[in-house]
Amino acid sequence: MRRTDTAISVSALAKSFKNVTVLRKIDFTVQKGSIFALLGSNGSGKTTTIKILSTLLKPNQGSARICGFDVVRQPERVREAISLTGQNAAVDNVLTGRENLRLIGKLRHLSDANKEVDALLERFDLLEAADRRVATYSGGMRRRLDLAMGLLGNPSVVFLDEPTTGLDPQSRITMWKIIKDLAHSGITVFLTTQYLDEADQLADQIAILNEGRIVAQGTPAELKKLLPHGHIEIRFFNEQEVQSARVLLQDFDADLDTENQTITVNTDGSIRQMSDILNRLEDAGIPVAEFAQKLPTLEDAFLTIISKRERMMPNENPLTN
Amino acid sequence: MKILSQIKRNFSDTAVMSGRVLRHAFRSIDTLITVVAMPIVMMLLFGYVLGGAMNTGSVNYLNYVVPGIILYAIASGTAYAALRLHNDVSAGIFDRFHSMPILKSSILGGHVLTSLVFNMFSAALVLLFAVLIGFRPEAGIAAWLLVVGIMLLFTLTMTWVSVTFGLLASSAEGAGVFAYLVLVLLFISSAFAPTESMPGIVRAFAEHQPMTPLIETMRSLLLNKSVGNNALLAVIWCVGICIAFYIAATQIYKHKTA
Repeated sequence: MRRTDTAISVSALAKSFKNVTVLRKIDFTVQKGSIFALLGSNGSGKTTTIKILSTLLKPNQGSARICGFDVVRQPERVREAISLTGQNAAVDNVLTGRENLRLIGKLRHLSDANKEVDALLERFDLLEAADRRVATYSGGMRRRLDLAMGLLGNPSVVFLDEPTTGLDPQSRITMWKIIKDLAHSGITVFLTTQYLDEADQLADQIAILNEGRIVAQGTPAELKKLLPHGHIEIRFFNEQEVQSARVLLQDFDADLDTENQTITVNTDGSIRQMSDILNRLEDAGIPVAEFAQKLPTLEDAFLTIISKRERMMPNENPLTN
Repeated sequence: MKILSQIKRNFSDTAVMSGRVLRHAFRSIDTLITVVAMPIVMMLLFGYVLGGAMNTGSVNYLNYVVPGIILYAIASGTAYAALRLHNDVSAGIFDRFHSMPILKSSILGGHVLTSLVFNMFSAALVLLFAVLIGFRPEAGIAAWLLVVGIMLLFTLTMTWVSVTFGLLASSAEGAGVFAYLVLVLLFISSAFAPTESMPGIVRAFAEHQPMTPLIETMRSLLLNKSVGNNALLAVIWCVGICIAFYIAATQIYKHKTA
């Protein structure tokens, strides 16, 4: 039985090249119309995963289905349902933007390609540059064209391999908006990224990949919860006040930064603790220049999870079992 | 009916791929200079500068040298297949094509078909120019058809060699390197001077490598002379090399994309 609301299901997927193991039995599912981010650093296995899912590579073990079709046994059906936008913008520099889109339209055997091409040029703000050779395009324009090429023929699932790597901040934000719009229009988006804020911004579900294993999986909020302690930052007007505040809060786990007249207090994130701290300062008559609550970032979550994993590693080593 | 539409679809994929690469060829000034202008310059050089010093018996030197110039144009023209293929592999557009529901063989097929069409086009231009400056072939229609056949076979052979090197090359510069080897073969053959004029070892090499029978066959056909067993030798050389490199190229391609 396969659930009709599942776009991608991966189970026990493993891949190695010669003696190097790249993926060690990963599992995940992606709901239709959602954005799924595979987060990891370089060499963690992200691109290998995307290549297997887009039928470019065959796995050694396990299985993967896209819209119910098996990537190994029904690659043609999978290819009809997907589009892949690789790490380097896979556009043809010699052709114009319009010619690039028409090329894909012809290869997808679309009956009314020209109309779709015009609509995509407009939607991705490429109408003006449409008849210029792609060699003259900026990095952001190339990525937009690349993505537009991937949308011809209405794929159900779009794979984006590091869609914003190397883009300037402005283009990055434009790309984020485009990706969110894709999901709103019902397309399932599977993206890889090394940027935690990107996964946080875009994804409904995040899986963190490290050395070929998925070390954590969940919504951005769930992953943040893996870090139980948030902290607060309090800045004072002078050094003397900082010192007295430190004494006042000595039962808390706190760091002192006399140079910036700041105390960073680790808390359990509860309102009760925070108001306790503020009340003590108020009662002692120590004025507060600035007060900020710092929520744990995905980066914190990432680092915590990885270090927890590494501490657990000896138990997983088959030699010690 | 379903099979028929499948065939049509597959043919259309190869045509679309080929159309793309043809655009690359015709939009590249560099390609046009190398493939059309260079052979014409060589022809002028050999015809008017060096030709006077060459002893080719009763045959006018321009008439003598045209087949060699044509093969030179084809050898340097097919090298672009390697370059374009290498660019496609390294630019990642191959991954895009491979993730699409298209005929897989159309990806290499497009490059091969383009190479055939483009090199026939450029060879025709070079031939036309040769006629303009005084080349006077005496071939009948049947002989011309055979000449075109030999040119096509040579182009196809060189294209598969080129595709193999394009797939193997680690840099764009390296992709076209084989063309120089082919040009050396061409210079040490009967393309520009009769082999009888060469010293012993060089002559032996010149007479037993694939270029000489190819050149002799084309020259005999164009000048309406007896071909002898050169035609058979030329075809055997080409077909043998073509099959070997076709197998090599498709195996490397399979290995690269599996």
